[in-house]
Amino acid sequence: MGVLAEKMRTILGSLRRSASGEAAQPQRTTSPFWIIVQKEFGDHIRSWRFIILLSIVSLACFGSIYTSVTAIRSGAILNSDINTEFLFLSMFTISDGNLPSFLTFLSFLAPLIGIALGFDAVNAERNKGTLSRVMSQPVHRDNFLNAKFVAGLLVIAMVVFALGFLVMGMGLYTIGYPPTPEQFGRVLLVLIITVVYVGLWLNLSMLFSVRFKQAATSALAGIAVWIFFLVFYSMIVNLISNATLPADSSASAIISHSNIMQLISRISPAQLFQEAATTLLLPDVRTLNPFITQEQAYLALSAPLSFGQSTLLVWPQIVALLAETAIIFALSYVTFMRQEIRSRS
Amino acid sequence: MVSVQTDNPVIDLNNLVKQYGEYTAVNGLSLRIYPGEIFGLLGPNGAGKTTTILMMLGLTEPTAGSVKVCGIDSTRHPLQVKRKVGYMPDDVGFYEDRTALDNLVYTARLNRIPLDEAQKRARELLQRVGLAEAANKRVGTFSRGMRQRLGLADVLIKKPEVIILDEPTLGIDPEGVRELLALIRDLSRTEGLTVLLSSHHLHQVQQICDRVGLFVRGKLIAVGDIDTLSRQLDGAPMHRVEIDVAPASAAESLKTALRELDGVSDIALKDSDQLSVGADNQAFVTLVVSSDNDLTPQIAETVIRQGSQLFGLRPHRYGLDDIYHRYFEGGEARGRVG
Repeated sequence: MGVLAEKMRTILGSLRRSASGEAAQPQRTTSPFWIIVQKEFGDHIRSWRFIILLSIVSLACFGSIYTSVTAIRSGAILNSDINTEFLFLSMFTISDGNLPSFLTFLSFLAPLIGIALGFDAVNAERNKGTLSRVMSQPVHRDNFLNAKFVAGLLVIAMVVFALGFLVMGMGLYTIGYPPTPEQFGRVLLVLIITVVYVGLWLNLSMLFSVRFKQAATSALAGIAVWIFFLVFYSMIVNLISNATLPADSSASAIISHSNIMQLISRISPAQLFQEAATTLLLPDVRTLNPFITQEQAYLALSAPLSFGQSTLLVWPQIVALLAETAIIFALSYVTFMRQEIRSRS
Repeated sequence: MVSVQTDNPVIDLNNLVKQYGEYTAVNGLSLRIYPGEIFGLLGPNGAGKTTTILMMLGLTEPTAGSVKVCGIDSTRHPLQVKRKVGYMPDDVGFYEDRTALDNLVYTARLNRIPLDEAQKRARELLQRVGLAEAANKRVGTFSRGMRQRLGLADVLIKKPEVIILDEPTLGIDPEGVRELLALIRDLSRTEGLTVLLSSHHLHQVQQICDRVGLFVRGKLIAVGDIDTLSRQLDGAPMHRVEIDVAPASAAESLKTALRELDGVSDIALKDSDQLSVGADNQAFVTLVVSSDNDLTPQIAETVIRQGSQLFGLRPHRYGLDDIYHRYFEGGEARGRVG
């Protein structure tokens, strides 16, 4: 991680130098970009909202892990059709019915971390009058936005990885069933995807914070979008699906209709994340095509996919998540670059 | 008075125009500010002062014209300009939950100053602006005056060549204003800094500025030191003295006597002050004597010789206030200027 950061620093530094065409500084000093990252990181860690969120998310996750672990220990799993080979992975996905599983909790609450870290990134600085002060220092305007994003993403990565590893360790300790390297890789990839997913929400809330002058407005906008995608979006897709159901019941018409509906539902980042994470954590999932139910998939051949094949299956989802993040970032970037920076306005 | 080098301006604005849609915020502004000068940019709210400053820093792009600060084009190379210019926005903001020292060190490090050097400079500057004992207090607890002084330290930490202060005296009590202005003047003189400050508080600016520019509706309508400006007011007398004399009946004869003094251009009877009349029946009258040169002693002598009682004598110098009023108040004055 440290090596990577150092490498990124040099690359970014050289990029910036070549971009602005200025000579290298005689003495090596930390670039303003990393100074802003440092400060933002510190601010996040110290802020009350971060502590509160962290405790909510950790409580939820540990609760769900506890229930799944008790479910595993009581032997309920042996009666179900989950492959015992993947007992370790099932810790993340099964529940005893009292609490949702770890993955459900994460996909539900993780966006909240992103929104909470980003909703006042720019407008609070503007309202406090610090934005114009920072911008009057020799700092590129894009550095400011990028640094805020990187700092937020670092915090998120830290939280997600800490939670993931803690949960893994706890599971290992209680069920005493070690993961294979492949399973460890799967969990790692899921954690990385989670970081990307939360990063997307961070970006979205930062876009709102650039666009709206009031922090409250941007927070509400972020939460509205979050609820929209988590609760209403699937309902709306269902409505559209019912309304546009083809009149003839030929197989090809139904399949093409269903494909379109699936495409629409995959606009939602929540859907993309859920598909990607589920597929990775359940090696038995062989396809994301709705015409084969999960039962069928299990029964087809009890041959779970390898890590590489699972990754291949969700690769489009991962790319789509990254693309959505990039689009939102580009939007906030353009909006921010066009804005005039006056004190407190 | 500082010596002004006329060949090498620090700030060189040439025919600067900034339009927001239909609205023209800055209209054909040309201005030169020379090294070591304290220049006051005066104008009512919304005159375009802040917009001009933002263009100098490259924070907003001019619609037309050019801005050069320290010989660098602000629009094309804002970063180099920002290295040399310290800017204090009006209503300067700090990170409230950080200490004063943290805030200064942060600014310093954004200017690529190494940490230990930054801390050293921050402490020195806090000492200098009189905030040494508040260095480790959170800025959230600071008063308005303290913030403004911290703002000054924040501007100076990068060792700028030019400092631009936008409304530095806004919202501070008179004593605070006096201290702040003394500090600014002291800094300019000892460090040879060029200072540009914008304000609509005329008295304050008058105290420390070498030159002022009057800025109205995006146009610079007059530039110069205060004497030059008052001379630019056509028909304005150079000196004016108010005298309170009694008895009121003698006013007319006194007027004729005073008119005979050499250089007196006008004598007017001032409307009596409601308050003083109500207070006692003393009922003295106030005469306003305008003259081309300073006649205060002669006027006093004349009053005494005429056998009148002299209650008060107030020499009245033309200040920025009068200049300001002449320029800004009344459509006629504005029409003349425009």
